[in-house]
Amino acid sequence: MLSAADIDRALTRIAHEILESNKGPENLVLLGIPRRGYPLAQRLAAKLAGIEPGFDPEASTGQLDVTMYRDDLRRSTSRTPAPTRLPARGVDGAVVVLVDDVLFSGRTIRAALDALSDIGRPDVVRLGVLVDRGHRELPIRADFVGKNLPTSTAERVQVRLTEIDGPDGTGESAEDGVSIFDRADEPGDAR
Amino acid sequence: MKHLLSTADLSRSDALQILDTAEEMAAVSGREVKKLPALRGRTVVNLFLEDSTRTRISFEAAAKRLSADVINFSAKGSSVSKGESLKDTVQTLEAIGADAIVMRHWGSGAAAQLASSGWITSAVVNAGDGTHEHPTQALLDAFTLRRHLSRRHGSAPHGRDLEGMHVVIVGDILHSRVARSNVWLLTTLGARVTLAAPPTLMPFGVDAWPCEVTYSLDEALATGPDAVMMLRVQAERMKDAFFPSAAEYTRSWGLTDERLAVFESTSAADAIIMHPGPMNRGLEISSAAADSPRNTALEQVTNGVSVRMAVLYLLLSGSAPDSQEATV
Repeated sequence: MLSAADIDRALTRIAHEILESNKGPENLVLLGIPRRGYPLAQRLAAKLAGIEPGFDPEASTGQLDVTMYRDDLRRSTSRTPAPTRLPARGVDGAVVVLVDDVLFSGRTIRAALDALSDIGRPDVVRLGVLVDRGHRELPIRADFVGKNLPTSTAERVQVRLTEIDGPDGTGESAEDGVSIFDRADEPGDAR
Repeated sequence: MKHLLSTADLSRSDALQILDTAEEMAAVSGREVKKLPALRGRTVVNLFLEDSTRTRISFEAAAKRLSADVINFSAKGSSVSKGESLKDTVQTLEAIGADAIVMRHWGSGAAAQLASSGWITSAVVNAGDGTHEHPTQALLDAFTLRRHLSRRHGSAPHGRDLEGMHVVIVGDILHSRVARSNVWLLTTLGARVTLAAPPTLMPFGVDAWPCEVTYSLDEALATGPDAVMMLRVQAERMKDAFFPSAAEYTRSWGLTDERLAVFESTSAADAIIMHPGPMNRGLEISSAAADSPRNTALEQVTNGVSVRMAVLYLLLSGSAPDSQEATV
């Protein structure tokens, strides 16, 4: 559905939109949600630095693990939490942009908002996603969307990023991409 | 994973999952809000039928940091001292609403019996059963060792095992559940383990264990181990004459000032001294060794909370009746 070039263009546009809505790069902190939100946040940060030379991507990017804040801990099998890495400035008083690959039910973002409030008090929290596939179960919406993909609940959206799914990661795909599968014949790697 | 009873039936991947999860739990203590909501609304019962301070407090702290409710139950001053059976005790606790039972018991195999009895459906965590096993102690020791190993390699500890580490465990192996749990776990994780003890304190059948055995502490220290773990001389279990006198034990098996000097010169600069606590200063460990910067006793206590948080989280998440999983 999305090729590597489509993803890159979408991220470039989102980077511009973030700067536009924030009126510059001041106080911006990008927090990616594991696993694929983190490389997306890093790519966005690199693009922001390309547009605004004053923006330091290293000091403004982090990863926010939400495992312990999920509302399905009792039902789903135990997940190993991923590391939470915060930029040295912390999140207090920052404009935090949460970054994830797919926005679906909104439950992950609900968990992320809870996790964030235990870490500090940002001034503003925004949400950027590569794909919005609809079917929200909570009153949550994204501020920055790469692509709206209308899907049915029987389908599964798979995002492949070279940082995670490349030859060194788990999958075999050497190129970025987004595809939609029927759940019935879905490929291995269940998210 | 439904129960944690023994490190002998933990696979390498199970053990690494616990240690990796514990790394993230440890990160929580550096945050503004040192609490996670993962076990909100769950109840953890600490059922301690044998005296314990640090293990019980550690489990209590771990459960509270995960937002679980904690009920402490000890044998003294309870229905157990009136002669209530274990079955009735645990069924009562479950009727009160326990989701997990952390049990220390004087009888070897008590936790396994409880888990397989069918008396209760709660998760069972073995917090020490007689002279058999103390799995969370071994996990916190492995966690401590792994952090030191990854510091040596200058990389993150996640996913790493203990390949290439040599650990010497010294003292009362016979009565030590800490030693047993460590032998199984550390060898599963790829470490080399040597037991050093007088013949009277070496268990029968030790040759079948996946470790080396020596009857001289000095020989063991001469090999330059990465860690030496001093076991406590458990006076309460010394009902027979296992060694002639305390002074003689110290002379042959204590980490004295002289042996500390040998250890510091033959082992690597980052080699550590471990002790499960409480330390008997002057008996199995000299004051200099107890206060040495290489001594990780306090670090082990801190890591114990993280490891127990990981165990409680992994046992109690995904444990709704519709998700059936194999016993581990």
